[in-house]
Amino acid sequence: MSNASIITCEEALTLLAEYLDGELEHADRSSLEHHLAICRACYSRAEFERLLRERLAPLGSEPPTPAFAQRIRSMIERFSL
Amino acid sequence: MSVLLDDRDWFANHVLSLLPDLLGTARRLTGNVADAEDLVAEAVARAWINRGALQHRDRFRGWTFRILTNLFLEQRRAEIAHPIETSLEAVSDDFSLFERIHQPFLLWWGDTEREFLDRVFREDFERALDGLPECHRVVVTLADIRGLRYKEIADLLRVPIGTVRSRLARGRSLLQRALWDHALDAGLKGIPSGRSSLP
Repeated sequence: MSNASIITCEEALTLLAEYLDGELEHADRSSLEHHLAICRACYSRAEFERLLRERLAPLGSEPPTPAFAQRIRSMIERFSL
Repeated sequence: MSVLLDDRDWFANHVLSLLPDLLGTARRLTGNVADAEDLVAEAVARAWINRGALQHRDRFRGWTFRILTNLFLEQRRAEIAHPIETSLEAVSDDFSLFERIHQPFLLWWGDTEREFLDRVFREDFERALDGLPECHRVVVTLADIRGLRYKEIADLLRVPIGTVRSRLARGRSLLQRALWDHALDAGLKGIPSGRSSLP
């Protein structure tokens, strides 16, 4: 990997996960963004990790079976006001 | 006065519209369908019982997810926060799918990483995530699927924020290793030749 002017590739990789998670402080974020703008290898890795997160996110939604949806409907109908 | 006290129809409509997301989250947290359905049903019942605490209807979604997560953690927090040491705990967290797939000499002509992901199906991700040790699966679910901040996860699990960082790193690493192993087993095309042996 190439060397960046402010942080190295190794340092960039240690910051990457927190960057993608929106957890980096401003100074570190700026350093990393500068590095990603000039290092194709780290930029590619950042894009891959971002894509991987995008593919995971839909796993948080699952269509209920008709039987389970009916179970919830029936339960709510029995709730007393 | 609560915004929901006398409005069972509003409650029912909103619960049913949230049902796929509640079920998906519960499925990832519990790791199986039967427990996930029971968890969602229990969360809905608790939401109704505690509806007096909801001050704004536009906060219903977040409020309901908090109830679901807290219910799950009431039963599993101790085991998740302080898991029994296993051999997996000793696995390093530096496995990188990218490093297995990336082909620098193709930088200008192809995108092997994207092509690889295009060949991995939802069920492959599900299997990989479900296969993680619970202490890692829950943290990955809360961060990558529910989008919670590290601090929120630390507060929910009652562990230091550094523990969340390390669990997340190890969980993601294990997930990527599982996807890679599956790709090898399935003989997925597009895996660079000469990179099929794990250390």
